[in-house]
Amino acid sequence: VTVTLTTAGPLPPLDDAEATYDVVVVGAGVVGAAVARELARYRLRTALVDASDDIGNATSKANTAILHTGFDAVPGSLEARLVREGRDLLAAYAAEAGIPVERVGALLVAWDEDQLAALPGLRDKAERNGYHASRIIGADELRAREPHLGPGALGALDVPDESIICPWTTPLAFATQAVRAGVHLHLNCRVRDITPDADGHTLTTSRGPLRTRHLVNAAGLHADEIDRLLGHDVFTVTPRRGQLLVLDKLARPLVGLILLPVPGPAGKGVLVAPTVFGNVLLGPTAEDLDDKTATGSTADGIRLLREKGRRIVPGLLDEEVTAVYAGLRAATGQEDYRIQEYPGLRYVAVGGIRSTGLTASMAIGRHVMGLLTAVGLDPGEPHELPPLTMPNLGEAFPRPYRDAALIAADPAYGTLVCHCEQVTLGEIRDALTSTIPPHSPDGLRRRTRARGGRCQGFYCGAAVRALFEEERP
Amino acid sequence: VTGQPREVDVLIVGAGPAGLAAGAELAAADAGRVEILEREQEAGGIPRHCHHGGFGGRLERSAYAWASAAGSAYARKGTTGPDFARRGVAAAVAAGAALRTGVTVTGWAGPRTVETTGPAGPEQITARAVILATGARERPRSARLIPGTRPPGVYTTGELQQAVHLYGLRIGTRAVVVGDEPVGHAAVATLRAAGVHVVAVVTDRTAPALRLRSPRVPLLTGTTVTELTGRERLSGVALRHHDGRTTTLRCDTVVLTGDFVPDHELARRGGIVLDPGTRGPAYDAAYRTSHPGVFAVGNLLHAVERAGYAAQEGRAVAVPVLHRLAGTEEAAGAGRRLVVDAPLRWIAPNVAGPDGARPVGDRFVLRTGRRLPRPLLVVSQDGRELHRQRLLSIAVPGRPFTLGAEWVDRVDPDGTDVRITAR
Repeated sequence: VTVTLTTAGPLPPLDDAEATYDVVVVGAGVVGAAVARELARYRLRTALVDASDDIGNATSKANTAILHTGFDAVPGSLEARLVREGRDLLAAYAAEAGIPVERVGALLVAWDEDQLAALPGLRDKAERNGYHASRIIGADELRAREPHLGPGALGALDVPDESIICPWTTPLAFATQAVRAGVHLHLNCRVRDITPDADGHTLTTSRGPLRTRHLVNAAGLHADEIDRLLGHDVFTVTPRRGQLLVLDKLARPLVGLILLPVPGPAGKGVLVAPTVFGNVLLGPTAEDLDDKTATGSTADGIRLLREKGRRIVPGLLDEEVTAVYAGLRAATGQEDYRIQEYPGLRYVAVGGIRSTGLTASMAIGRHVMGLLTAVGLDPGEPHELPPLTMPNLGEAFPRPYRDAALIAADPAYGTLVCHCEQVTLGEIRDALTSTIPPHSPDGLRRRTRARGGRCQGFYCGAAVRALFEEERP
Repeated sequence: VTGQPREVDVLIVGAGPAGLAAGAELAAADAGRVEILEREQEAGGIPRHCHHGGFGGRLERSAYAWASAAGSAYARKGTTGPDFARRGVAAAVAAGAALRTGVTVTGWAGPRTVETTGPAGPEQITARAVILATGARERPRSARLIPGTRPPGVYTTGELQQAVHLYGLRIGTRAVVVGDEPVGHAAVATLRAAGVHVVAVVTDRTAPALRLRSPRVPLLTGTTVTELTGRERLSGVALRHHDGRTTTLRCDTVVLTGDFVPDHELARRGGIVLDPGTRGPAYDAAYRTSHPGVFAVGNLLHAVERAGYAAQEGRAVAVPVLHRLAGTEEAAGAGRRLVVDAPLRWIAPNVAGPDGARPVGDRFVLRTGRRLPRPLLVVSQDGRELHRQRLLSIAVPGRPFTLGAEWVDRVDPDGTDVRITAR
């Protein structure tokens, strides 16, 4: 199979019936990429299109990177079911594809009597969600498990299966597997209009028209706009901004596992979590906005996070901040996903996939596949996708710079370019020539960690940019 | 994964001015196998990409940076950074030090055993003495907690200089420089060399440290950066003046200069005690850290002094290291910590040396957090005054001033911490 990946110029011509796609998936975030990967298992002509220049370039790249158990979902909701199923699917897939996952566990820490009193209810909710391993622990055990916790913690709900995952490798793995199996990927391709007819849809995009029989809307923050192009007025995406601080790797020994807040009347609160890259994450804020491009951090947001972080793990704030970022969650004002099939339109809307989208992505992919069949798609028999191994970005797994055999075979894997993150020339070259290569230095960072460390490019920034521009001028 | 074990007499981590000078001195003194490890492909450290003059000259580094930026004839005194780097490399190699570039120390496997990696594969190197010379870097935008979007076009001086002078990369058209320390003026010079128009130099200081200004560039004092804007590319820098006025400067490039921090990660990974003020290893006049046989020199200890000072320290560490190798090292441990009271920020060295040993040049180096006109510096221990000295100039943030060392033999080794106060 030849790989079809376009980033500029007109889309492939639509001069005959052969050029009509069976399915077009709008949005190449973690959900769209998972749907495309599911579709890639069938003999279908599928395209995955995205307005930006990369996979997972909006909500999917800026979240808390947690692989949830779903213990705190709304029992009986679609989200609860898909998170539960998606977690097992993704955990297995990650092990197979080399996506870093660490089962570090989580503690929901109660800081006052009200929160302490809420813990039994949360444990019961976990039971109703089919999660039976959670238990309540007292202040002494909590202190023993997390000695760097701030004073005043009264107890916690222990959720041993909460895990951390690489948020960048996951959608890239889905999309890479899909593209290698024949799914077309069109980037920088913004959908501006949709004209449905008896046989399907004609999409007007920033790169010309696109013809498809079936349509999947996985446009994340813009899913409501795509939905309205089809005449619906069912949901509105209200972007909820989450600002996060990434703390230096020297802070990692202060935090053993994910420290979750107990949800209460004052909102969900902020969490402290290790990352698979060996840092510590502090956040997110939760700010309801109306601007879907407001991914900037604010002085107030940073101040709030530092205040909360100081209470949870006081030593954390003595360490340097490696990165500050903000992501927008696709909230819809409803406590569940908004996944809806429209048989007459041969259309499936996948909206309102909020903070749990990464965990649920593979289950959403399967669910959408079922709904596509319900709206008239005849996918035929599935086949196995060839296995995929992604480059490892996780600290808990072997990395090239320490691999004597690999370096002996190719000294580029012993040539460090980014010193803070120990990224080698070999890994950067691999990323630049990969199936879905980066189209910006930030894209290269998400594939390798290059210039993502404490110096943020003081030492390696120019070298990394020179390598990038050499490959893609 | 463990790599080939090897042994050397002296292992130096970092081939900047301090590490190279230490290597040259020790190799010349027949210290046995003296190996310098440099993680970059080329040795020389920061001066490699400082194209302004003044290295090794007698003028202050800041004056040279300014003279360079101004295109003044004074800038031709001393030598350029790259020349300084080349001379340091040549001296170390000529003296017989083994200089290995492209080799990174990735961690510790023992008290004086490090793990390395490089194109030849992982190694474990055990040394009789280890000298840390890992230098310092400017804090990036994230560590400075500057809010806003994250577009391309945001630099530190180090990245900017490498991009322009080592890689010839395109920078932009209009730049704002944050910080008016000497390094800020060096950034202005580099931007001009790259054909970038410098819109303004911005500093949160109310009074400039010196009356040094880059010519033809407005200097905005008492001003802080409140936000960066732009999506595909930086579009502006929002500013707030201390009197409450706000404005946004349109630009596609911003250079965040100064605010140096020691690159202390390796030291910390080894459990070496840091000084709370400098954030570098705590050390005495013999450059000894809290770990026996592990020394530290250069800007890892005090971010930052000029390259010539770092090289001087590199040379000065040779004698204590030779004593260590010969087994004639003076006992450590009795040295008291030197602590400063606000507004002083730090003092270096920050451990009283053995038996009244004095630091290089017979002087301690200090920094203040705010401007102090002709301060009275008082040194005391357990309420007993050891020394007082009136500074004849103005101490300002970001610039070194010194304290004489004649009092060190009056430190009571059985007493508590020694305090340095400015009045």
